[in-house]
Amino acid sequence: MKGLAMHIANGIVNLPVSLAFAALAAIALTICVIRARQDLDDRLAPMAGLVAAFIFAVQMINYPVLPGVSGHLLGGALAVILVGPWVGALCVSVVLIVQSLVISDGGLSALGLNITNMALIGTAAGYLLVALLLRVVPRTNAGLGITAFTASVVSVVLASQGFILQYWLGGEIELKASLAEAAGWMAGVHTLIGVGEGIITAVTVLAVAKVRPDLVYALRGLRRAPTPSTVESAV
Amino acid sequence: MSRVKTVSFIVGGLLVALLLAGVVSNYASSSPDGLDSAARRGCTTDESGQITGGTCMAQSEKEHEVGGPLAEYGVSGVDNEFLSTGLSGVIGVLITFAVGAGLFWLVRKRRPDRQPTKVDAER
Repeated sequence: MKGLAMHIANGIVNLPVSLAFAALAAIALTICVIRARQDLDDRLAPMAGLVAAFIFAVQMINYPVLPGVSGHLLGGALAVILVGPWVGALCVSVVLIVQSLVISDGGLSALGLNITNMALIGTAAGYLLVALLLRVVPRTNAGLGITAFTASVVSVVLASQGFILQYWLGGEIELKASLAEAAGWMAGVHTLIGVGEGIITAVTVLAVAKVRPDLVYALRGLRRAPTPSTVESAV
Repeated sequence: MSRVKTVSFIVGGLLVALLLAGVVSNYASSSPDGLDSAARRGCTTDESGQITGGTCMAQSEKEHEVGGPLAEYGVSGVDNEFLSTGLSGVIGVLITFAVGAGLFWLVRKRRPDRQPTKVDAER
């Protein structure tokens, strides 16, 4: 573990592009804070702290995906399912900020790049897919698991392409191979990483749903709809 | 209804996170992750992972600005690698929870119906 870093380091993407993404991230996170206030109550606030701490922990556990290549959870899909899109984006951001400031994982100047990819693109993609899938899959554990898995894979692959966009805009080194080749490699590797993340996310969400279904944000919206099953459970 | 209390749930969840970061993290793969592997493509590396030649993204990588005693998932001064990684994970989880829960608690919405009303004030 020692000596390993998982996020974009300093000097990979040039400073102007890094700062532009820092500004973008700052604006987006401000909007998230404003919207998160509507969701955050006495119960969700500690839950969101736990989700951030859990993502920090699981990010430390790299699993092999190819010979000589590993991957780890990013946590965007997990966060949005458990605490919603706005709080979820803030959860992943808290993890990235602590990692950058305390652990030196991810450059300080690259923080905007990392937040954009993992806390904004990853959570937005994850949430849109969750919102869509939960309306079409059967309302069973299997349906919830499939939703968590699929949202994780897509979220991770799209987050990885955020880095390609940033490198296209401001990569310091002119690559011999094309950037399209790098994009393909990133997408391929992150599909495999996404499978691992999907399994972890599905297992975690199903465990929470079993113990405290009311703490799964993605299920809350559904329960508000007056379906026969929710009327029964309300009685 | 035998529902797990919120406090018990949070404490239980934290214990799982501490176990993962404090112990299981030592069994993690030490190979470069997806991003790092992409950044090293085009370069040759030696056994310790140092770049020896070629052209790749990772060549322009610069030092981190902060460093500090917990840099790169180890505690400086702790020589035992298992302990060093585990301890950095435990401290990281606790800091993340404190910062996260603290910030979320500060910005949380206080429900109007839960706020002290005139009746409460008169009690």
